Amino acid sequence: MSAARSLTRGRGRRLTGRTRLLISAATTGLLLVGIILCSLFIGEQGLSVKLELRDLPPSLQHLFGTDWLGRDMFSRTVQGLTLSVAVGLAGAAGSTVIAMMMGLAAAFLGRKVDRVVTWLIDATLSVPHLVMLILIAFVSGGGIQGIMIGIVFTHWPSLARVIRAEALSVVTADYVAVSRGFGRTRWWIMRHHLAPHLLPQLFIGFLLLFPHAVLHEAAITFLGLGFSPHQPAIGIILSESMRYLSSGMWWLAVFPGLALLVTVRAFDMLGHSLQRLIDPKHSRT
Amino acid sequence: MSGLHETVTAQVKGQWRGWIRFAGGRVLRLLLLLAFVCFVTFLLADLSPIDPIQAYIGADMMRVGPEQRAEIGAYWGLDQPFAERLLRWAGNLLQGDMGTSMIYREPVSDVIADRFASSAALMATSWLLSGIIGFALGSIAAIRQGGITDRFIQSVCYTIASTPAFWIALLAMTIFAVWLGWFPVGLGVPAGVLAGDVTLLDRLYHMALPALTLSVAGIAPVALHTRAKLIEVYDSDYVLFARARGERGWKLFLRHGLRNAALPALMLQFASFSELFGGAVLAEQVFSYPGLGQATVEAGLRGDVPLLLGLVICSSLFVFTGNLLADSIHSAIDPKRRLHPEVKS
Repeated sequence: MSAARSLTRGRGRRLTGRTRLLISAATTGLLLVGIILCSLFIGEQGLSVKLELRDLPPSLQHLFGTDWLGRDMFSRTVQGLTLSVAVGLAGAAGSTVIAMMMGLAAAFLGRKVDRVVTWLIDATLSVPHLVMLILIAFVSGGGIQGIMIGIVFTHWPSLARVIRAEALSVVTADYVAVSRGFGRTRWWIMRHHLAPHLLPQLFIGFLLLFPHAVLHEAAITFLGLGFSPHQPAIGIILSESMRYLSSGMWWLAVFPGLALLVTVRAFDMLGHSLQRLIDPKHSRT
Repeated sequence: MSGLHETVTAQVKGQWRGWIRFAGGRVLRLLLLLAFVCFVTFLLADLSPIDPIQAYIGADMMRVGPEQRAEIGAYWGLDQPFAERLLRWAGNLLQGDMGTSMIYREPVSDVIADRFASSAALMATSWLLSGIIGFALGSIAAIRQGGITDRFIQSVCYTIASTPAFWIALLAMTIFAVWLGWFPVGLGVPAGVLAGDVTLLDRLYHMALPALTLSVAGIAPVALHTRAKLIEVYDSDYVLFARARGERGWKLFLRHGLRNAALPALMLQFASFSELFGGAVLAEQVFSYPGLGQATVEAGLRGDVPLLLGLVICSSLFVFTGNLLADSIHSAIDPKRRLHPEVKS
């Protein structure tokens, strides 16, 4: 009796994996649409300089306050977030593609290629990401392409390992041997056995790479190696705010950072809940 | 009896030999990797569109004629083919000569040596702090698995993992240095004090806030890893048996949980040197703390190629050391891995 009650009570209190996934997917989607709509609505006019409105703390007219030039911080934050999310999505997508190619090559093209790929993974992981990003941003002469190249070429290793292991486990599985015995072609096996295993992993990998990509983008722009100061990326807004923090203008740093945190957390949650749903190993803990 | 003793000794010796061979192979592999990283770094720097002569001369470029440019280039060996320059650079590197920093106008090795101590102190402190706090939080979460404490700790960890490290630093600075005034706003030592008069206490006082920030950023991975590991341990048969014997609570944790979860956590901490260095770069930048990270940013921003190359190599050596330590701990403990080094867990 008590066991049954605790079971139902537990179920009522804790959401199932699917509900949680739907909630976080909806939240992330709403957030994305909200950011895009806001940035379209604000456009360029929201960033105009109004010197008579400078240094205002947060109020109803200016939700996030204004900066030392009287620019509305909410508009700047939304614009910066659009830029950061775009760079993050592109960077994560690029690394996912590289991870897929590397992982599949390691799994299918024989031992030698496997060794080379493992070697490349180890080499990439052995330089701190941020240092590598600084080096690449410097080498490519700064700007958006430097950040993108840097993110794409530093973030792929972890996912490549997952893809390699997954592909190897599928290829050596008994049911694939049976399939081959039935005379199925390689293409058929790839489509019916490999793809159903790999596609979810790739999608989850992409979702979980995104937070890293965005955070690294923010870090590198914060250090001053990325965009030009006229582009309001979150990193740039935060690094500019540093000069004004000691005069008590806390809102310059708090809100843009918080907005970035919420966005990153939403994607991270979506990735993790999807992972829990698909991968039984993660579902228990 | 003595026969048995001998076989056991021989077995132990064989195991040690296997382990030494394994460790030797690891070191060799890491050295090769390091050489590869050096090569790629040099290649990247060579491919970059930045003109080293212009970067060196800076604003005086207008006063330097083309002949003088060519002379400077010849002096540096820039007119030589790529392979020759690479070999010369590698040869110098092996002798510990990494060239001369353009910003600081002194040998790169001196710049790095000067700053290494401050960075090492900062990173070691936060490494220890984040390890201890993270392990404690992860253990508490695992023991209270499914409860409100567990969910709270988990969500705190996931939130920390999604937070930009430099933003934590900015918040810490605003709250503790600007509003409360408990800590200095920045710099590694008090301003306006002669280098000889700076006490250890001053240094610690200036290091406190960057170190705290950095350790907060490092808590999440250890805590989550420890939690997962400890839950696995608590689900095992030997813990079930121990519970059946009447062990529980603190004693059960000390005897079975702590031992089995501490080593994975330690390994993870060693393997996370890469993130530690990245975090230090950001924390040092926010607090203007004079360490390796700040030098890296300066070198990247102002185009100091020799210093940047030196720092890339130095930081990857640091990461290598961490990985090597993590690996040797793993193989020293796990017999499966010691005897069959190719097994990946």
